[in-house]
Amino acid sequence: MREHIVSPKVYFAVFTALAVLTVVTWSVAKLDLGFLNVVVALTIAVIKATLVVLYFMHVRWSSRLTWVFVCTGFFWLAIMVALTLSDYLTRGWLTIAP
Amino acid sequence: MATHAGLAHHFDDIEQQREAGTLGMWAFLVTEVMFFGGLFLAYILYRSKYPTEFAVASNSLNVTMGFINTLVLICSSLTMALAVYFSQIGNRRLITVFLLLTMVLGTTFLVVKGFEYHEKYVEHHVPVRFPTYEFKWEPHGSDHAGAHEASSLAVDTGRVEMFFWLYFAMTGVHALHMIIGLGILTTLVIMTRRGRFTPEYHSPVELSGLYWHFVDIVWIFLFPLLYLIGAHLHR
Repeated sequence: MREHIVSPKVYFAVFTALAVLTVVTWSVAKLDLGFLNVVVALTIAVIKATLVVLYFMHVRWSSRLTWVFVCTGFFWLAIMVALTLSDYLTRGWLTIAP
Repeated sequence: MATHAGLAHHFDDIEQQREAGTLGMWAFLVTEVMFFGGLFLAYILYRSKYPTEFAVASNSLNVTMGFINTLVLICSSLTMALAVYFSQIGNRRLITVFLLLTMVLGTTFLVVKGFEYHEKYVEHHVPVRFPTYEFKWEPHGSDHAGAHEASSLAVDTGRVEMFFWLYFAMTGVHALHMIIGLGILTTLVIMTRRGRFTPEYHSPVELSGLYWHFVDIVWIFLFPLLYLIGAHLHR
């Protein structure tokens, strides 16, 4: 598989998007949206991280096997967070006799 | 495929070697995801238990400095990506220029971080207990007329301290990765000066780029989680 050379134009476009999203996340954080604050902040962070992974880290043009490695990392992270939270967040749900 | 100075004997050709290198680097980055993941998980748990304290403590961080540092780090990712580009087309002078620019931006980040740490030290927000220095949380502004919103919320000092413990652990480990990154970039500059990279062989630049961008991604999550969760409270 030949190496794909990404044009600097793409890098500058991604950079601009990242900078704009940083300003957006900062501006939105000043508003009080209740629980939506964290939803918006994390959505923007995930979009920014995805842009970095796909373009700066060239994953968009990498082999399928690289895709598997990348997805595995985040999938395992999701398992760790989901299973741990399913314990901590549900502890108050059942009343167990002392 | 002609043999190349950078080709190790156990690979068929330079493409196979590059592919193996990329996979190996990603395997390492997956372990890094899990490493930082543990800290993020600790953050998620404590924040879900102590939302008020985390918002109030986060409000005392310097958001402007955090914002500037986010932009600095994004710029450094751009210069790193361009260094990789120039290694691909074989422009040795511009590889050096962009590696050095990346190092300047990385150092800028650490200097700003140093000022922030110093500010926290002076405010007694470092979560340690020594005879000469210990963590203190005084709702600042309570002596002023018209107490500020962030200061007027009733908070538990221990829970605030937990926020600062996570703040220093997460940003500290991140800063350590930046320092290691600067060491790697220094090595790359020396290797570039010695003419070790060609359009066919430049894996060290490419793979170090992956590392640098990964450290950037960690900060992309740290910035909103640590700095912005209290930004809607007025200081």
